[in-house]
Amino acid sequence: MDANAAHRAKRGVLKAAHLVGLFLAMAFICLPGLWIVLSSLRPTVEIMAKPPVWIPQQLSFDAYVAMFSGVGQGGIPVIEYFRNSIIISVTSTVIALAVGMAGGYAFARYRFPGKSPIFLGFMLTRTVPGIALSLPLFFVYARLGIIDTHFGLILAYVALNVPFTIWLIDGFFRQVPKDLAEAAQIDGCTRWQAFWQVEFPLARPGIASAGIFAFLTSWNEFALASQLTRSTNSKTLPVGLLDYTAEFTIDWRGMCALAVVMIIPALVLTFIVQKHLVSGLTSGAVKG
Amino acid sequence: MDPAGAIAQDSGYEQEKAPAKRSRRWKVPVPFLLLLPAFVVLAAVVVVPLALSLYSSFTPFRLTRPDTFWTFIGFRNYVRLLSDWEFWVTFGRTVLLLTVALNLEMVLGLGLALLVEKATRGQRLLRTIMMFPMMFSPVLVGFQFKFLFNDNIGLINNALQALGLTDSAIPWLIDGTLAFIAILVAEIWSSTAVFAIFILAGLMAMPKEPVEAAKVDGCTPWQTFRYVTWPFIMPFAYIAMTIRSLDIARAYDIVKIMTDGGPAKRTEILWTLIARTGYADARMGVANAMAYIAILLSIVFTAMFFRQLAKARAQVGAEW
Repeated sequence: MDANAAHRAKRGVLKAAHLVGLFLAMAFICLPGLWIVLSSLRPTVEIMAKPPVWIPQQLSFDAYVAMFSGVGQGGIPVIEYFRNSIIISVTSTVIALAVGMAGGYAFARYRFPGKSPIFLGFMLTRTVPGIALSLPLFFVYARLGIIDTHFGLILAYVALNVPFTIWLIDGFFRQVPKDLAEAAQIDGCTRWQAFWQVEFPLARPGIASAGIFAFLTSWNEFALASQLTRSTNSKTLPVGLLDYTAEFTIDWRGMCALAVVMIIPALVLTFIVQKHLVSGLTSGAVKG
Repeated sequence: MDPAGAIAQDSGYEQEKAPAKRSRRWKVPVPFLLLLPAFVVLAAVVVVPLALSLYSSFTPFRLTRPDTFWTFIGFRNYVRLLSDWEFWVTFGRTVLLLTVALNLEMVLGLGLALLVEKATRGQRLLRTIMMFPMMFSPVLVGFQFKFLFNDNIGLINNALQALGLTDSAIPWLIDGTLAFIAILVAEIWSSTAVFAIFILAGLMAMPKEPVEAAKVDGCTPWQTFRYVTWPFIMPFAYIAMTIRSLDIARAYDIVKIMTDGGPAKRTEILWTLIARTGYADARMGVANAMAYIAILLSIVFTAMFFRQLAKARAQVGAEW
């Protein structure tokens, strides 16, 4: 009886400890983001208040309205940055997906000499730190006159995304049984039809998540963009955010609002793909 | 050997191996055709520029004086860097930051994954929350923690003062050591999720029987974890490590925003130093030499984890 009670008590304590630990971890993860959202809705006076105001007295969307009505807070053209970000991220994602699909399919379905060194080589191009790559790119782009253009950044982002897209898509095509495409070919499909009508639809969710991953990489990229862009012609949101910090009087509320605007697309997209992302990366890497 | 692969190889080698098949149309091997776009893009944007920067690391090239691009000075940039104390301090700081950050991320990620895996209800929600920091652009992470660690209006100082833990404001980001810690916190906050996600994937893919067998055989929970669970999830942890090491340089974004290498270069890391030397000082030649050392560092980190991954995979492979 006693042993039973002791065991039950021990289990109860362990369970409570688990819940507390989980709660603390989640709080640590969520709090910074929630604080940013809250700050974007509060008047600047409250943010700057000393002693701090913990419970917001009034909430409003003023910061967002100001940001999107013409030249926003502190003269920062958020709309242009937003437009550039969308154009550059979407275009580079589409191209990276096309290139990555071809490459990923080659790795998943064919045997050829030098397969793993080539794969490793692709991955190594990804290890080059953005800022280190930006030095020669800056020089080359300046010569070609494509600094501060959409084209320049799109090109750079395609290259940035291709290795990882190949890794992911390779993993997804491996998950599609080879027999299916072979059966289709026996039934009279060409290789191309077998790919397009059998394998592609099955791998589509995975490919979509590879696309979203590429989109997020471009959307969030800073090191290259900060050097290869100059003006509203091509500045993206991450670089735009730096405009705020460069000033001496920081408009915290405006920055928080811009941060929220940046995070929402990323949030929605990641939410959609989370499952596929992990399975794609692990299947490619674990099963070799 | 699979039929598809066989076909591919035939078409690749038919000219040399099978002259009898000459009558068939000459074809470029399919996989190379498929890989061609990737090769072209990577060559144009990564390989050729890097070759160029390798060359210019042997010149005293300055952006303001284009003619210096053609002056060849051999290894002088590298020699100067090797004897530059400040550079080595920065290099050491970068390695220290990466080592501490990666190890803590690994441990915390493991803990987080175990916590979430144990949860009986709402696991889907917990997993989504866990991924939350991954979506933040590093720039955003930097800004967010710059805001939180602000000595005057930051949440952390406000909370500490409200709780009576400190009377005066703690100068996070103004004191060198504290700024380093603040950067470390930001870095860990943003990247622990990567480890947690992959380790969790490993935990969920793991068969339950070995754990139960270990329990029946009288293993303590620690023994079960150490000798049964851990070997299983190790490859997943190394995948996370490899992926993380592929873009360790994102710390640049965080540091650039939070302190920009300051105060008085006390938080300067390799990448901020490269940016400063290359763009602010316009000394491209030296910056490229530094960049090559930074690239080497990245490759060492990646290769290290990639080898571990291969080893762990081979070890577990028999049991999968």
